[in-house]
Amino acid sequence: MEHTSLLERILRGIALTLVVIFFMFPIVWIFMMSFQTNETILRIPPQLVFEPTLANYTALITGKLTTVSGTLDIAFMRNLWNSVFLSVTSVAVALLLGVPAAYAFARHKFRGSEDIAFTLLSFRFAPALLVLLPLTLYFQKLGLANTYFGLIWVYQLICLPLILWIVRGYFEDIPADIEYAYRIGGHSWFATFRKIALPLAGPGIAAAGLLAFIFAWNNFVFALVLASADKQPVTVGALAFITSSGIQYGQISAAIVLSITPTLALALYAQRYLVEGLSLGAVKG
Amino acid sequence: MTAATVQRVRPSGFRISKRVLPYLLSLPALLVCIGILIPFLTSVVYSFQRYRLSQPWARQFNWGDNYISFFTDPKFWNTLQVSLLYAGITVVLELLLGLAIAMLLQKRSTLNNFISIMLLMPLMTAPALAALMWKLMTNPGFGVLSYLASLIGLQDFRWASSPSTALLTVVLVDIWVYTPFIMILLLAGLRSLPTQPFEAAALDGVPRSFVFFRITLPMLTPYILTATLFRLLDSIQQFDIIYAMTQGGPGDTLTVFQVEAYLNFFQSTNVGRSAALMIILWAITYFLSNIFIKNWLRLRERARGQA
Repeated sequence: MEHTSLLERILRGIALTLVVIFFMFPIVWIFMMSFQTNETILRIPPQLVFEPTLANYTALITGKLTTVSGTLDIAFMRNLWNSVFLSVTSVAVALLLGVPAAYAFARHKFRGSEDIAFTLLSFRFAPALLVLLPLTLYFQKLGLANTYFGLIWVYQLICLPLILWIVRGYFEDIPADIEYAYRIGGHSWFATFRKIALPLAGPGIAAAGLLAFIFAWNNFVFALVLASADKQPVTVGALAFITSSGIQYGQISAAIVLSITPTLALALYAQRYLVEGLSLGAVKG
Repeated sequence: MTAATVQRVRPSGFRISKRVLPYLLSLPALLVCIGILIPFLTSVVYSFQRYRLSQPWARQFNWGDNYISFFTDPKFWNTLQVSLLYAGITVVLELLLGLAIAMLLQKRSTLNNFISIMLLMPLMTAPALAALMWKLMTNPGFGVLSYLASLIGLQDFRWASSPSTALLTVVLVDIWVYTPFIMILLLAGLRSLPTQPFEAAALDGVPRSFVFFRITLPMLTPYILTATLFRLLDSIQQFDIIYAMTQGGPGDTLTVFQVEAYLNFFQSTNVGRSAALMIILWAITYFLSNIFIKNWLRLRERARGQA
């Protein structure tokens, strides 16, 4: 069907190579930097060949950095743990709240259902600071400032709309007749929900959960505003890293590598669902 | 559960439970909604107040003063200009680049699929961390990009730390992170197009540019619109990349809406002005998202129809 000349194929090849280099180079470069000592990093011109060292990673994991001016304690593992804890718990809570609601929105067109769904959707597009700035003042009064509980609550802003809208689509795809048939057999709505709807929407729920995890993990502004050092996830923690003096560039790189690896790995695993998730169900992958 | 047992004993109970059930199921989500609407309304109130955290005693309603003062405030016009410029440049460039890459990868092959998955990696990197990566690469002392710039004659190219190139640098990071988003949406769109029109055009020997402008683009328009509006809404609110890269600097070169509001709140502790800025940004995004949601719903209906 398509007649492509040799010249065109070469040009396409070159274009694709440039694209791949542009998008992959930063990740590869930071990865390489994370295995270098400060000496090799500071060498000019930059070296492509070097003796790899794990020193940056061991320093991060043990939490002790040796600098010119002595040892420095860093809490990067704490940041990493915070990221894991905040993301996992937020997604779990969002699933608990969002899946039943998604089911209600998909199956029952009740008064105000679309309004609630759209209000939730609009959170996805509202400026985060609009809500966050008053919340900081409220949280201080309520004693929720710098608590996991407060952070997880605010993280619902990211996770809940995502889960609600994606899972709703999956529930809508299940023919209602299957559920009616089961209901007629004398089963309660809850049994129908648990035995029929949930398993059939299972893959969608899993995908929405993974995506919500990625977005929660990658979030920056919520924790920047609401958390202090001991509750901060990696995104905020790494920023504090780069501004504090004495920390070596290789160690910053290693911290970045450790921080982005989980989401990259999950994304590769869930890539089949990414298109649908990123467009909140508007485009099927 | 109780509703279900009642139903079996007394069929009339079923009607009630059926009416209450959806509300019951969505109640938690509804509560979260309300929990968010309260701070939103608080923001509206703040925006009509003279409210500085440093002078809590002087807090009072000044009604529209925060907004009126914007008209004569060069800092506000700078914020508006930078935000629109940033959003405009990033969205246009990402759209062109994303469309080009999607068309390069359109044909299903192992290599193309592999590349398209690889290109997702920047998108899955936290934008704040992506900014840090680029910060390391553009470091004047050892950054590999600074070195490359010096190779092509740009000695002492300052990237994000010079007012003349700061915007360029953050736009570059934005393009790096978000072009894959547009690419992946348009790729899905391209691959879902019916093949007949293209086969017919090929049979008739229609020129490729004609096929592109008269068949591909029109058919792809809903996808392009969705991707554009998604990006536009995010881009005009960009905070992570700019804050992590330059904190709005140098000077006020990059004080886009959210960064300016953040600095107003935490540095000058001017809650009133900060809230007013956010309300204006919200009004812009509300206007845009209304256009967006209509179009997006249509596309969503269609996607569901195909399933």
